Amino acid sequence: MTWHGTDGTPRLHIVTGKGGTGKTTVAAALAAALAGEGRRVLLVETEERQGISQVLDVPPLGTEETEVATGLDGGSVWGLSIEAGAALVEYLRLFYRLGMAGDLLQKMGAIEFATTIAPGVRDVLIGGKIYESVRRTASGRSPSGRSPSARRTRDRDAPPAYDAVVLDAPPTGRVGRFLDVTGQLADLAKVGPIRNQADAIHGLLHSGTTVVHVVTLLEQLPVQETLDAVRDLGADGLRIGAIVVNQARDDTVRSTVDVIATQEPDPARLAEQLESVAIRTTPAMIDGLVQTAAEAVQRRDLELSLEEAVAGAGRPVLTLPHLPEGIGPDAVWRLASELTDQGVQP
Amino acid sequence: MSDLDLGALLEDPETSVVVCCGAGGVGKTTTAAALALHAAERGRRVVVLTIDPARRLAQALGLTELDNTPRPVVGVDLAAGGSLDAMMLDMKRTFDEVVLTHADPETAQQILDNSIYQALSSSFAGTQEYMAMERLGQLRSQADAEGTWDLIIVDTPPSRSALDFLDAPTRLGSFLDGRFIRLISAPARAGGRIGARALGVGMSVAAATIGKLLGKQFMLDVSTFVAAMDTVFGGFRARADETYALLQAPGTRFVVVAAPERDALREAGYFVQRLARDRMPLAGLVLNRVAISRARISADRARDAAEALEEAGDRHTAAVLRVHADHAEVAARHRRLIRDTTAAYPRLASVQVPLAGADIADLPALREVGRALTTP
Repeated sequence: MTWHGTDGTPRLHIVTGKGGTGKTTVAAALAAALAGEGRRVLLVETEERQGISQVLDVPPLGTEETEVATGLDGGSVWGLSIEAGAALVEYLRLFYRLGMAGDLLQKMGAIEFATTIAPGVRDVLIGGKIYESVRRTASGRSPSGRSPSARRTRDRDAPPAYDAVVLDAPPTGRVGRFLDVTGQLADLAKVGPIRNQADAIHGLLHSGTTVVHVVTLLEQLPVQETLDAVRDLGADGLRIGAIVVNQARDDTVRSTVDVIATQEPDPARLAEQLESVAIRTTPAMIDGLVQTAAEAVQRRDLELSLEEAVAGAGRPVLTLPHLPEGIGPDAVWRLASELTDQGVQP
Repeated sequence: MSDLDLGALLEDPETSVVVCCGAGGVGKTTTAAALALHAAERGRRVVVLTIDPARRLAQALGLTELDNTPRPVVGVDLAAGGSLDAMMLDMKRTFDEVVLTHADPETAQQILDNSIYQALSSSFAGTQEYMAMERLGQLRSQADAEGTWDLIIVDTPPSRSALDFLDAPTRLGSFLDGRFIRLISAPARAGGRIGARALGVGMSVAAATIGKLLGKQFMLDVSTFVAAMDTVFGGFRARADETYALLQAPGTRFVVVAAPERDALREAGYFVQRLARDRMPLAGLVLNRVAISRARISADRARDAAEALEEAGDRHTAAVLRVHADHAEVAARHRRLIRDTTAAYPRLASVQVPLAGADIADLPALREVGRALTTP
């Protein structure tokens, strides 16, 4: 089985997960892993959180694609923050030839109006940008470092501008609605360019080009939401890729706890053993050690049952370690190499 | 940082509303529920409004369905004369109820059927925050009128940022009062051409463009919606202001919840500053899930001893020491993070809740959290 568990060769990787599970970090690591051997990967965020720039420690992303990380073997990750208002202005410029009117519309509050109140329009606009970045071709790779959007072309035989596009998608609670672009539009737009665009996005999202990966922690609530998301998104006809267990404890900790679990700690014996290595004990200290050990076992048992639940979803599982010192560019590359070791490849 | 005495705060009869806020995933709902249980068992008549609680916590509170109605929690010790009701926020239903209460049946139906209303009431960013506030206002009126409760504890929605909660009512209000939405719905309101003529050339171009994009029916829906809402509320902004004022009323206290992680603490810092700027009464900071070392042996010393014991063939005791060493390191990291926050906000009162081994999924576990919360 492939690392993503589908038989296609996906180029659009949608990363979702419960809030707080480290979805942005995982999306960045996945982008870096896919950017090996001189490949170009676009990493996209859609909720204007500037999460990518924080994780990769680069200046805030704008609506122009910029290089945010370079691999040692020539691969590159580009970043883009899609903002619905800017996408609408661009859209109007393309389809209605409203060059200068964009600013005017912005000032009047018309852009905010159209992107916030009209159900689904915002998602179609954002989806449209993603669609375009997946479908865009490069007529040749100039090493000039110019933004790829500057050399867009409609040449069908040319290679894609990006080998992969990774989307740091909205959290599990909102992602279903976000990806259901056509359903959201409902009777708002039955015909016309918006409708056509929605249909095209729908086609892309439901094709072999797209997979949805779900990030979780080994905690009750995130696992529950992950299983719900796998079920619901699958029922919507989306292809589910891997489940990424993030911030997992490393195996040596697990095996230490396994040793503890083999027998109930005996306080008297424990005190005796500690005295034998010149540690002066107090009853409070022994109680503390016993309690800490018991909680570690409890925690391990919970994790084991959650791991089983995750495995039960029938999707490939990728596991990333907990990095206590926090997340920065180095950590992202480290996680990327973990993913590569677990079989993640373009 | 001084100690936050939540026990005294909850027992003070002057305290009538406690708002638990903070970034997502820090344990706001659990904190709200634990404070409510504690207060009820000390004689307060409490209602706790939760937003999207974890399934098992919801079960512990008897919240098996999302029905927007406070129901008594089973298993609470009522010996001190208190009571505890809990409810889960149903955002759409709260909005529907607001409409139904304030409009004549015909207008109400017109609004409920409107596609703009349906989008707004179920998905507009900020609606959940706004409706949490709305529900708080309703509970407050009910408490005042019927004397059902003397303390309301509110959980806040899992916003992407803690600040969204304070901004949402104004955002929704000012959105509906926005220049563009007012102008494109002007014809419906003025009953004819006058409104349209009042539009500048730029605005007509803008309206025409957006109209072309979104379709005639949609623009008509917008007009109808805004007009109907107008008659009902006499301006959404006034209502948003009212809700906001409730938060500043005497008797309201904010509790900011944070986990000992860099991002959550940074969020908490922003929130503390924001509350101060808006003159919102801040009680203090709850530091949730703090690892506390339970034995006074440093991580290094424990590891050295573990090595010696392994050589001597005692793997079990060595493992106990190693687990302690890992835990002690986490505890040290938490201590450092908390110390940095303390240094930044020296006058902020705080209380720590130790990290629990298992999920908080029943009343005894909640009681335990309540005890930690009220032990400065």
